Amino acid sequence: MSVIAENLSWGVKRRMIVQDVSLSVAPGETLGLIGPNGSGKSSLLRLLAGLRRPASGRVEINGQNIAQVSRKALSRQVAFVQQSAATDTNVTVADVVRLGRTPHRSALAGWSEADEAAVTQALGRVEMATRRKQAWQTLSGGERQRVHIARALAQAPQVMFLDEPTNHLDIHHQIEILRMVRALDLTSVIALHDLNLAAMFCDRIVVLDAGAVRACGTPEEVLTQKILRDVFRVTAHVSGSPENGRPHIRFSPQ
Amino acid sequence: MSSDTSEDGAARLVLFLCLSFLTLILAVAAATAIGDYNIALRTVFLSVTNELGLTGAEIAPIEQSVIWNLRLSRALVAALAGAGLALCGAILQALLRNALAEPFVLGVSAGASTGAVCVIVLGIGAGSLSLSLGAFAGAFAAFALVALLSNGATSGPNHTILAGVAASQLFNALTSYIVTTSGNAQQARDVMFWLLGSFGGVRWPDFQLLLGVVIVSLAICILMARSLDAFTFGDEDAAALGVPVVRIRLVLFGVTALLTATIVSMVGAIGFVGLVVPHAARYVVGPMHMRLLPASAMVGAVFMVIADIASRVIAAQQTVPIGVVTALVGVPFFAIILYRARPQA
Repeated sequence: MSVIAENLSWGVKRRMIVQDVSLSVAPGETLGLIGPNGSGKSSLLRLLAGLRRPASGRVEINGQNIAQVSRKALSRQVAFVQQSAATDTNVTVADVVRLGRTPHRSALAGWSEADEAAVTQALGRVEMATRRKQAWQTLSGGERQRVHIARALAQAPQVMFLDEPTNHLDIHHQIEILRMVRALDLTSVIALHDLNLAAMFCDRIVVLDAGAVRACGTPEEVLTQKILRDVFRVTAHVSGSPENGRPHIRFSPQ
Repeated sequence: MSSDTSEDGAARLVLFLCLSFLTLILAVAAATAIGDYNIALRTVFLSVTNELGLTGAEIAPIEQSVIWNLRLSRALVAALAGAGLALCGAILQALLRNALAEPFVLGVSAGASTGAVCVIVLGIGAGSLSLSLGAFAGAFAAFALVALLSNGATSGPNHTILAGVAASQLFNALTSYIVTTSGNAQQARDVMFWLLGSFGGVRWPDFQLLLGVVIVSLAICILMARSLDAFTFGDEDAAALGVPVVRIRLVLFGVTALLTATIVSMVGAIGFVGLVVPHAARYVVGPMHMRLLPASAMVGAVFMVIADIASRVIAAQQTVPIGVVTALVGVPFFAIILYRARPQA
């Protein structure tokens, strides 16, 4: 499923947060959104996922303008994983993943075999199959994030949007989550803070600065010394990683 | 907490509902039998089957009249009020994502009391307006204010709760102002008693009205139970799961306001039931609303009927305000649940 954004703009009161953003994501591609704090990554992600209505511009998912698709129909195709979702309710892992079937069920429909299969499969994908009865509250941060990705998978989406899914995780779990997302047979758009992780796991990267697209291309094209200095205001050296040839960024203290 | 496969959960829920329905019938029968003048349980059942034309047993007319005209309608209204308040509590706890939410969090009871004192003390409507209608109008005025202050409930849970607090303070102040400047001691006492809740004086028309409102509300809420589950991780998360958040919120706030206002205007602001019963029900059937809503309604009904019996037997020759009893009976139960459900960490 392709995602195409044309001239998206969105703001609060007089402040524009996303300005005239156009981008496209090819089917199966993993696109990274990077940019400094406040550059509009989260807002853009929400516009793309249809959670916010743009002031102008439009988003097409698989050739369909999402403004003309109902919320329910849209969430059968598109899943959104929040930064760090939390609840006080005493729910189990299985309860949370079952929520992913919400857009597929009518108000009074029973729990079907297809629903159960989707939940089991999703839990298997994130290696949480043996934990279904565990209370969500007792999970670690990395496990919670995996459960939320399982919930998104239970929606059976073709496109997945993830808003900084690796926040607050240690480096092992950051890599684990991103490797898992990458291995999924989905089109995905991920907002990320860590530039080296973005370089490692994304096919293409969009650099946002003050709500506008500053650069877009493969990690090699985008992660240059000049962009790092101009957008992120850091001095850095970029070299090809000996393992996979992808850019590796080393920051200087100045 | 909730069982793993839905079939298990469904069987457990049905069992739970059946058991509590049996308990409810017994409680209603006991509430009808017990009073200043005790009547045998057998007579109570025969009286009901007589009225329904199923039996033709001999019952003293005085007993028949006490059962049918006074106590049965009262017990059934108590059951419906308990069910309604517990349902509203469960809904609001989910929508506001706050364990302390209860039916009066949106200012409805404060508004109702202002409406009631306007009728009792100021004599607005010159006798043409009943206390109930005044209370109902006040309750809806308060709800309208909250809806306005929270931008039609679109500003998020905390904003809505703050709007509810503001409205409650305002209407409570108005009530106190009216009572202190215009009321006499007797009127102040009347108002206080009314606010603490009483099932005295309810009759069949009240039952019929409340039955209709409770059934419609419950049906709407059950239809939206799945969507309520989706609010577990917040509004945006619910939207990402395909739930029309603003519409669900407005409809459910409206339903709870209507139901609460109807109950408050009939029997006063009975506290505690709407706060505690959903927690108790959650403890038994889990947090998913398709099970929680019917279970809450059923537990609320049983609890209120028992509280009503207690209110009439605790103090000889006197009826203790029902709101006092719900707290006195409820707190110990709640303490047990809190203790058993405490976090293990």
